Amino acid sequence: MAGLWHRLGPIVTVVIAIFVLWYAGAVALNAAWAQDKAKRNNIELSFSELVADTMSQKKPKLPAPHQVGQEIWKTTGAMVLKGKAFSKRSLLYHSGVTLSSTLLGFAMGTALGIALAVGIVYNRTMDMSVMPWVIASQTIPILAIAPMIIVVLNAVGISGLLPKAVISMYLSFFPVVVGMVKGLRSPDHMQLDQMKTWSATDGQEFWKLRLPSSMPYLFTSLKIAMAASLVGAIVGELPTGAIAGLGARLLGGSYYGQTIQIWSALITAAALAAALVGLIGLMQTMVLKRMGMVR
Amino acid sequence: MIWVIAGLAIWAIGWWTNVMLARRPKTRLTGFAVPAIFGITILLIWECMVRGLEISPVLLPPPSMIAVRFAGSTGILWEDFVQTVIKGALSGYILGCGAAFLIAVLIDRYPFLQRGLLPVGNFVAALPIIGMAPILVMWFGFDWQSKAAVVVVMVFFPMLVNTVQGLQATDHMQRDLMRTYAASYMQTLFKLRLPAAMPFIFNGLKIATTLALIGAIVAEFFGSPIKGMGFRISTSVGQLALDLVWAEIVVAAVVGSAFYGGVALLEKAVTFWHPSQRG
Repeated sequence: MAGLWHRLGPIVTVVIAIFVLWYAGAVALNAAWAQDKAKRNNIELSFSELVADTMSQKKPKLPAPHQVGQEIWKTTGAMVLKGKAFSKRSLLYHSGVTLSSTLLGFAMGTALGIALAVGIVYNRTMDMSVMPWVIASQTIPILAIAPMIIVVLNAVGISGLLPKAVISMYLSFFPVVVGMVKGLRSPDHMQLDQMKTWSATDGQEFWKLRLPSSMPYLFTSLKIAMAASLVGAIVGELPTGAIAGLGARLLGGSYYGQTIQIWSALITAAALAAALVGLIGLMQTMVLKRMGMVR
Repeated sequence: MIWVIAGLAIWAIGWWTNVMLARRPKTRLTGFAVPAIFGITILLIWECMVRGLEISPVLLPPPSMIAVRFAGSTGILWEDFVQTVIKGALSGYILGCGAAFLIAVLIDRYPFLQRGLLPVGNFVAALPIIGMAPILVMWFGFDWQSKAAVVVVMVFFPMLVNTVQGLQATDHMQRDLMRTYAASYMQTLFKLRLPAAMPFIFNGLKIATTLALIGAIVAEFFGSPIKGMGFRISTSVGQLALDLVWAEIVVAAVVGSAFYGGVALLEKAVTFWHPSQRG
């Protein structure tokens, strides 16, 4: 029991502190509007009335946590109960849109990343010419070209899922390349020599030594790639003009000052990111345990 | 047609040169020349293909057209650079990294905070923080202050996590030695732990350079005064002036690389003792 408290106690304290700060911030930021409204109606607000008002405004500067919670429930659970789980007003529908382009981009980025890494490890020319550019490509604020990719691909006749997935792909391939190059090179000379004494072919060396020993590196980079891919999908939805997806909810909310909608989209995106990264973590433990690589 | 053939020929020559260069033992010169040749080859092929296949410049302008546009609109580009990079990204970067550093030192002093804030910080670092942008634009207005705020939020957690990790990088022997010298907390901090943390701190600073530019540019998509790189990109895309968009991207790329390179140079000067810098 003491051990559990030792581990979880501080985290619980910090999370509670965040909520307390959030409520305090909501009161502080929304008070001005509440006072203003009261003055126009010639009412004197008592402190408790003031606090109550700051918690229940329609377009607060900072919505209180329970308001965001209610909004999320209203647009997910309540819609499911009414049997309209995938109507356009449902956050589940928007999350689904974002999730599909995230996953497609993630899959493409991972495939491209692994292919590039294999090329870089096995081909010296590619190592020397491509690797510096792969690294340089990440110092470029790539999200800046997201609007252009969307518009250009649209003009060529490709629209919908693919343009967003391309942005996700670009963001997610880099961690995979770097991680896999490291991983595929992780077997040391002794192990490579051993394969040679068994007169293993290049293919055997790859499938039986290099690939298995790169797995821990792969999973670590997949987690980063997944988080990056979600960011790419969200930003990719901005220039399409707020039609569908969590990014569209963010932009729509900011156009119309619907702060509660922005916050609920934000929290949903955070939950989505946590779930996806957690899922990869779970796969990592399972695969590595099966391979006997967990100490 | 002749352009397409020329493009393919350039590709063959470029790749062949690189194969030849890569076969030789790696020197400083070839380490620089090979990626440079690769980059130039790509640019030339781009030019040839756009001309040869007659791709509309509205979709993909050739590099020469981008260069002309770049030279012709240096005034606009400079104005956008000042607005986005100097005012938005740089001030946010300094504020965010500074605050994260101070809080990391504070956290490190109290193990309770460390056990509580670190898992939360790690969690937050993986979240799509860029989504905070519309909220912050609403709070701080359209001008550069809101962009700086987005940058602060974006760079804070990676920097925090890295600094805390770095402050734990010293081992027991080293800390015990400081204790036998009767060193105070401050002395241990400044003479042992901060220097030992430098490689981690610089790792955080380097990650933050890219995040800072991304944050400043994307925040402008949610509203900005009529200047700034993000604003220019999103409006020029709307007007299909893609050559100007590419010119902005060139600026962004150069600034991003220079920013990263500058921090990397500083790292080299500060952590000259670290094994990764000596090789």
